Amino acid sequence: MTDSRPVLTMTGISKSFPGVRALHNVDFRLFPGEVHALMGENGAGKSTLIKVLTGVYGIDEGTVTLDGEQVAFNGPMQAAAAGVSTVYQEVNLCPNLSVAENIFIGREPRRLGAVNWGEVRRRARQLLARLDLDIDVTAPVASFSLAVQQMVAIARAIDVQARVLILDEPTSSLDAGEVAQLFRIMRQLRDEGIAILFVTHFLDQVYGIADRITVLRNGALVGEYPIAELPQLALVEKMIGKELDVLELMEEHPRQTATATEGGAPFVQVSNLGRRGAVAPFSLTIHAGEVVGLAGLLGSGRTEVARLLFGADRADRGEVQVDGTRTGLRNPVQAIDQGIGFCSENRRAEGIIADLSVRENMILAMQAARGWLRPIPRRRQDELVDRYIKALSIRPANPEMPVRNLSGGNQQKVLLARWLITEPRLLILDEPTRGIDIGAKAEIQKLVVQLSDGGMAVLFISAELEEVLRLSHRIAVMRDRQLVAQLDNDDTVDADRVMQTIASGAEHEEASR
Amino acid sequence: MSSLSISAPSWARLPRRHMPVLATLALLLVMYGIGVSQYRAFSNIQVVFNVFIDNGFLLVIAVGMTFVILTGGIDLSVGSVAAMTAMVSAWLLQSGLPALLVLVIALLIGPTLGFLMGCAIHFFDIQPFIVTLAGMFFARGMCTFISNASIPINDGFWTTMSQYRIGDPRGNFVSISVLVAFAVVLIAAYVLAYTRLGRNVYAIGGNPQSALLMGLPLGRTRIAVYTISGLCAGIGGILLSFYTLSGAPLIAIGMELDVIAAVVIGGTVLTGGSGYIFGTVLGVLVLGVIQTLITFDGSLNSWWTKIVIGGLLFAFILLQRLIGIRYK
Repeated sequence: MTDSRPVLTMTGISKSFPGVRALHNVDFRLFPGEVHALMGENGAGKSTLIKVLTGVYGIDEGTVTLDGEQVAFNGPMQAAAAGVSTVYQEVNLCPNLSVAENIFIGREPRRLGAVNWGEVRRRARQLLARLDLDIDVTAPVASFSLAVQQMVAIARAIDVQARVLILDEPTSSLDAGEVAQLFRIMRQLRDEGIAILFVTHFLDQVYGIADRITVLRNGALVGEYPIAELPQLALVEKMIGKELDVLELMEEHPRQTATATEGGAPFVQVSNLGRRGAVAPFSLTIHAGEVVGLAGLLGSGRTEVARLLFGADRADRGEVQVDGTRTGLRNPVQAIDQGIGFCSENRRAEGIIADLSVRENMILAMQAARGWLRPIPRRRQDELVDRYIKALSIRPANPEMPVRNLSGGNQQKVLLARWLITEPRLLILDEPTRGIDIGAKAEIQKLVVQLSDGGMAVLFISAELEEVLRLSHRIAVMRDRQLVAQLDNDDTVDADRVMQTIASGAEHEEASR
Repeated sequence: MSSLSISAPSWARLPRRHMPVLATLALLLVMYGIGVSQYRAFSNIQVVFNVFIDNGFLLVIAVGMTFVILTGGIDLSVGSVAAMTAMVSAWLLQSGLPALLVLVIALLIGPTLGFLMGCAIHFFDIQPFIVTLAGMFFARGMCTFISNASIPINDGFWTTMSQYRIGDPRGNFVSISVLVAFAVVLIAAYVLAYTRLGRNVYAIGGNPQSALLMGLPLGRTRIAVYTISGLCAGIGGILLSFYTLSGAPLIAIGMELDVIAAVVIGGTVLTGGSGYIFGTVLGVLVLGVIQTLITFDGSLNSWWTKIVIGGLLFAFILLQRLIGIRYK
């Protein structure tokens, strides 16, 4: 498998953006019939390497050879035509077009110059059948879940008779079953001789599927290793590049006892709050200094709960008490006034404003809370921004850099800083660690602990059970848009028990009372 | 199925997509019904033909605008470009050039301007609104540069095209302009539904970033769309000069807004990605029937046309918004 010649070789690749050196002298090889994991922290240059390869960005220095011939693609279309197809991290499909058309647009089967729609549909069905996906190919893509959209994107990528398939974090929005399905497809494609370049943040997934690993750090190559020669711990070490203090911190983080909050007055008390079609009525109490984890599967209503608490969606029943006083929470402004902050799950669409600088992004929420007629003095701004850039170790540490130039993890930190600056009393974090690397993850987790020690209430939403278990005093479990249980996170609670609760929904009231 | 490539394209079965168009169709039928019930002469088929005759140029220009709006753009220059095309035709005919040569030269103006505007929009990443606003002023300025006064057209070819009637023995007829407009509509509908260019137009209107990453030719498509709009404005200008047999510097002022109104009432969403040529035809007919109704009434000021269009436009934007929310 590996003794054949590489299908793709990248040599000495360098790429800079204004103020950032994204890649420096990176080498990369890809053999036919292998799954090759490209690993590294956020900002290590993984996405840039892929975009350089497919011609989205030009190359400053270095060469790319495909099948021994030097190539320089001028864009994804040309790359795909040469057999290098990409499925990007964020699903890139046209929401208004049908599934079938999204798979084939740009290379539709034609007869006499006219798009042959019958053939488009037939081949789309065929292709999706290969991926075990039975959906209406004439329905617009927007009407399907993100997971299905991801599969459609993959179907599009493999249809071009790709020899190289690049999957840039394809699993970040999939649940376990869907991941398994994806892996089955990946193995099938690998066995057909396709070279697969796989980027992910989930270490388990790497060891579940990859044959070989290339590690990047800070835009430079660390090394290329067969999977058998690089145990998980060593991989993390190479990715982070420092001794494992962060990791240890994660491992040894003491599970917190629920005692910290007992006797404390409840900050937010929700009773029978609900919204038709989004969340069934639920009751929840959050104390100052308490971390409440919200666990549940994708689509179980976690985000909907968060949006109701922040007033982003209007509840149609129930009531909320803040500090024992009944309030409306009809919109985010009221929620902010009450000291509630919300870091959205979808940072690209609902959080970060990519064209504004790091400083401007951080100041936004505070400025909104003060009202636009009372600008924050520049000196105060700089002070705050510097403090949080340091506290959250945001890289690059340049407050005037447009946020678009930061990696995903650093964007997430900027978003966090935006809310921390307003010194909220309840911070709602919706998937704050999704799609970011292990180092940044540990930092954010550490931060959550510090914040709650400092008396802030945190509602922590995550699909990663381990994380929820590690951080929360109390865990609320969502299932099918209902809050089915609240567990005090003591010694009797472990991943299995939470999992059972998610699965059966049968955990009973005794734990919550 | 595979033997017949004329089977409905997949998107044609999405009922919610059809809502705006169906609403327009219903509106049109209701208005026609009102006309027929109120005025005896309204049921004469020639009334319908006249709507087409009086609005042929508008229809052609609206077809071009549909392409632009489907990509999420806008073209404000179409009225001025149509006027300039008519003006240049009249001027060249006056100076004695042969009619066919004049036709070719005049028809080159629109696409050339459209191409240049498309390039400006794409390569310099400037808002279509401002680029085509500049185009609008330029073309209007060129009209008065050619002549301050209206130039009559006496050319034989032009008068034939203007006055030739294609009709049945009972005296009902349409003009050549109507046939030209129909041809443009059919070609455009085909291009949008069955060619890669057409599908790319929808894709770009849906999500330009995705379209780019899917490897679709973003720049080429955008430039093509403004070129097509320019060409349609040019053809519209020629039809206008057939209709008026003159070139006037101040004709078709504000027509771009009528055209945009027709396209939107026809169900094309201003943010792009959704809409049909058939809807645009209906939109133009709605405008035409309103005018006819007001003419038949006789007592109403013609400004009522604008008032009604204003109300309708608002109602339709609202409808699109409501559907959009449900869609999400």
